Amino acid sequence: MKTEKPKLSRSQIKQLKLKRKVIIWGVVVTMILVLSFFAPYFLPYDPLETNAAMMRKAPSLQHLFGTDNMGRDVLSRLLAGARTSIFATIMLVIISFFVGTVVGVICGYYGGALDDLVMRFTDILLSVPQLVLAIAVAGMLGGSLVNTMIAIGITSWTSYARLARSHAMRIRQLPFINACRLTGCSDAHIIITHVVPNLIGPMLVNATLEIGTTMLSIAGLSFLGLGVAPPTPEWGAMVSESRNYLQLAPWAVFAPASAILLTVMLFNYFGESVCDLASSKEA
Amino acid sequence: MLKYSLRRIIKLIPVLVAITLMVFTLMYLTPGDPALQKLTSQGGAVTPELLAAERHEMGLDRPFFVRYIDWVVNVAQGDFGNSFKDDQPVAVKLLKALGYTGALAAASTLFSVLIAIPIGVYTAIKKDSIFDNIVRVLTFTGNAMPNFLIALLLMFLFCIKVKFFPVIATASLKGMFLPTLALSIPMISRFARQTRADVMCQLSEEYVIGMHARGVKERIILFRNVLHNSLGSIITIVSLQIRVLIGGSVVTEMIFRWPGIGSLMMNSITARDYPVVQGAVLILSTLQVLINLLTDLSYYVIDKRISME
Repeated sequence: MKTEKPKLSRSQIKQLKLKRKVIIWGVVVTMILVLSFFAPYFLPYDPLETNAAMMRKAPSLQHLFGTDNMGRDVLSRLLAGARTSIFATIMLVIISFFVGTVVGVICGYYGGALDDLVMRFTDILLSVPQLVLAIAVAGMLGGSLVNTMIAIGITSWTSYARLARSHAMRIRQLPFINACRLTGCSDAHIIITHVVPNLIGPMLVNATLEIGTTMLSIAGLSFLGLGVAPPTPEWGAMVSESRNYLQLAPWAVFAPASAILLTVMLFNYFGESVCDLASSKEA
Repeated sequence: MLKYSLRRIIKLIPVLVAITLMVFTLMYLTPGDPALQKLTSQGGAVTPELLAAERHEMGLDRPFFVRYIDWVVNVAQGDFGNSFKDDQPVAVKLLKALGYTGALAAASTLFSVLIAIPIGVYTAIKKDSIFDNIVRVLTFTGNAMPNFLIALLLMFLFCIKVKFFPVIATASLKGMFLPTLALSIPMISRFARQTRADVMCQLSEEYVIGMHARGVKERIILFRNVLHNSLGSIITIVSLQIRVLIGGSVVTEMIFRWPGIGSLMMNSITARDYPVVQGAVLILSTLQVLINLLTDLSYYVIDKRISME
């Protein structure tokens, strides 16, 4: 007996293709995360060991990406820095996501004076140039990875808050929320079991799109010398340390810079595929 | 128009108050005693009596709000205080640097718009052509590039490999070229993507099909209608990008040693010269707010219906 293949409509096929894209990029991104997490255990050289005899050596079989101004192996530093650079980004996105969602949901659900106050505050934070404010804050606090994250976090939660607020305001007016109220559910119960699950999807889509920009902001600050303290390997800081020797050792500059570019591109591809899938579902 | 502008300008006042308060608080919370920093940066031994006298002279022993009001009044009159480092008025330093940053920002915005809009329109018409695909990959890459990578790459290619441009940018057209290009590449990527998306969206609208049916020339539809209708969102992305541009110019100015506000701010952070940092943040934020205002006003110029809401 022949089993008939189920016929799929054109839009279903399109969705499946979009889904496949999300899965492929999801796997790639997961691999990057796993690799960057375990990379520090498999380094060819000590990323902190300086070697006066091996200063600014061009890429070779011993040193695939060459050595930097202090004779340190660039590949080892790149791998050791991956975890710092990538996980700082992910952490910052998660924290801003969490803070923004909590603030946004509360503002959107309750409305009123608190909502007005918080939204005016985000207006102000959104009207100043983000990097300038971050530089000022990081400059004041002093250079360290946590301070960099605080400096960027000050403004980055606002976009999540605004998005969460607009969704919460929409959901609040739906009939089933009224029904919940009539049955005597508390606000906290409604928010946690009904409002949040209904807005978490679009919020997550937004968060995946934000990973790339967040990574660029962190890299920018640490390039300006406001990130991790040397000699800790971190991509932006590595570029910053080597840029004065651009002529003599371009590999020490371009290897970490390209690592940032590639990682941001991968995260952006992932974010866009998720966004495409989500918007095709809405349509 | 006048009524609308006035309303927008009045709305600006609380934002400006909040920005000044934020900048002032930031400096207020900064660890370290400004009087001590001023004395040590000028050299010489610091005795407790000298420190107390300096603190009194700088007004540091007064309450927070008195100092804030005092500072705002001074700033409103153009007095940003004096630099800790050389006791020069901060306003003079800022004004000099502002010209450089302004020139760079204006040049790169103009350049990006001139390049990106034709690319965006063309890729929208020739959707999925080879050119469109190449541009898509390039703009995607440009979008993910850290500012410093572009700047260092340009410097490596044109100053070190081909010794065509000076490594340290001079205030000439030739010296300005590389920093402008470095700032433009990410902007071109974003503008081109946005223009393409908008024009494509417009092209699928019914009025375009209707005009085609009536035999209106393609060129006229494109330039008189489609582009005019996408202008609003193009202006939005340009004004949003200026916010990113102001931040990015700090990195680019540092790399090319362009004497703009970004360089001034970074050098002052390193030297812990806080009045200058304070002034720079305030000026850049105010600039941003004014650009937002101009954007809103330009929406009105394009589409008179906006003022109705």
